[in-house]
Amino acid sequence: MRNLTGLLFAGGLGFMLLAIASGIDFGNPPMRVGEAIQAAAPQEVGAANIVTSVVLGYRGIDTLGELAILFAAASAAGLVLGRRHTTNGTQTKGGFVLFHGGALVFPFLLTIGFYIIFHGHLTPGGGFQGGVILAAAFFLPLLARPGARLHHSVLSIIEAFAGACFILIGLAALAEGQAFLQPMLNQDTLGALISAGTLPLLYIAVGLKVGAELASLLSHLAQTESEQ
Amino acid sequence: MIPGVTLELILYVTALGLVIIGLAGVVLSSHLFRMVLALVIAEAGANLMLVLSGYRWDAVAPILLQRAEQPAMVDPVPQAMVLTAIVIGVGIQALAVSLLIRIRQRYTTLKRREVAEKMDAEIAASAGIRRDISQDAPLGERPLKPVPIHTAQSPGGDA
Repeated sequence: MRNLTGLLFAGGLGFMLLAIASGIDFGNPPMRVGEAIQAAAPQEVGAANIVTSVVLGYRGIDTLGELAILFAAASAAGLVLGRRHTTNGTQTKGGFVLFHGGALVFPFLLTIGFYIIFHGHLTPGGGFQGGVILAAAFFLPLLARPGARLHHSVLSIIEAFAGACFILIGLAALAEGQAFLQPMLNQDTLGALISAGTLPLLYIAVGLKVGAELASLLSHLAQTESEQ
Repeated sequence: MIPGVTLELILYVTALGLVIIGLAGVVLSSHLFRMVLALVIAEAGANLMLVLSGYRWDAVAPILLQRAEQPAMVDPVPQAMVLTAIVIGVGIQALAVSLLIRIRQRYTTLKRREVAEKMDAEIAASAGIRRDISQDAPLGERPLKPVPIHTAQSPGGDA
């Protein structure tokens, strides 16, 4: 009975969504906001990547809210998992390939992570994507050596510093008499590495914050799991 | 290609299919970890649908190029929203998985029915009440003796 109602629910929802989707003219979206942003963003924000202009320029305060949600989720997970006990004796070490491969890949992961963060206003990518790669770089050694631990105090300092920088950049715009998080500074040439004013700085802050948050979250999960 | 099956139909059916598979998994599965996985699938489908809604024929990614004429670009707004949705999804999944770890540590299982059973027993024990208390007779005796499920005949026959 429960299965039947579940299937009915899923089927009905699918029918409803298909009916809505069939009304959309695929391939020719109305793009009322999109057109306006595409026309105005190169002059107003000066970032070659228009998605970055939307994420940090037009919806900057949304991104701040998103960071707050991520922070809340990470701290809630830390709260649920609690403080770890150090029982390193029983944990199995990673094999030869994982051990040395992790050490080999680590610098490349760092490089590509920072590259993606620094070029967030020019190419696909940005602070969130690069931050995840940074977190992976620091999580890989933990897989190889379960006994090793990340310094949670250092991570939380990085995270707090990056979050404070994001808000301070927003407040600086406010002090200049503009709106909160409005892009400032010289826009420079479109497409140059140093361009688009404060946007790359904001993305660096986002990248460091996301990286530190995810790294501490992953190490929390891994260590709780290896206790069992 | 089969006539009548266009690219747009395939894309929409894929995205919708992911949403439906995910939601059906959440409703139907009896294992808590599978529920989380089903939620992830549903989220992927929803993100795919959002990106599809901004798709445009013969358009490029919304990145300005150093070129004389700029080709048409797809809608950047849904892409920015999906970026937000993915990041929040990761946070939710991490929270769900950490809750699952705690549940498994406490009840040694992740099967929905067994976890609910053990949780009920624990709540009843800590509240100091009998566990098999019925909604039909919350305070006193039951009006009728409960019939075991597998020997039950046609319901309502003796009532």
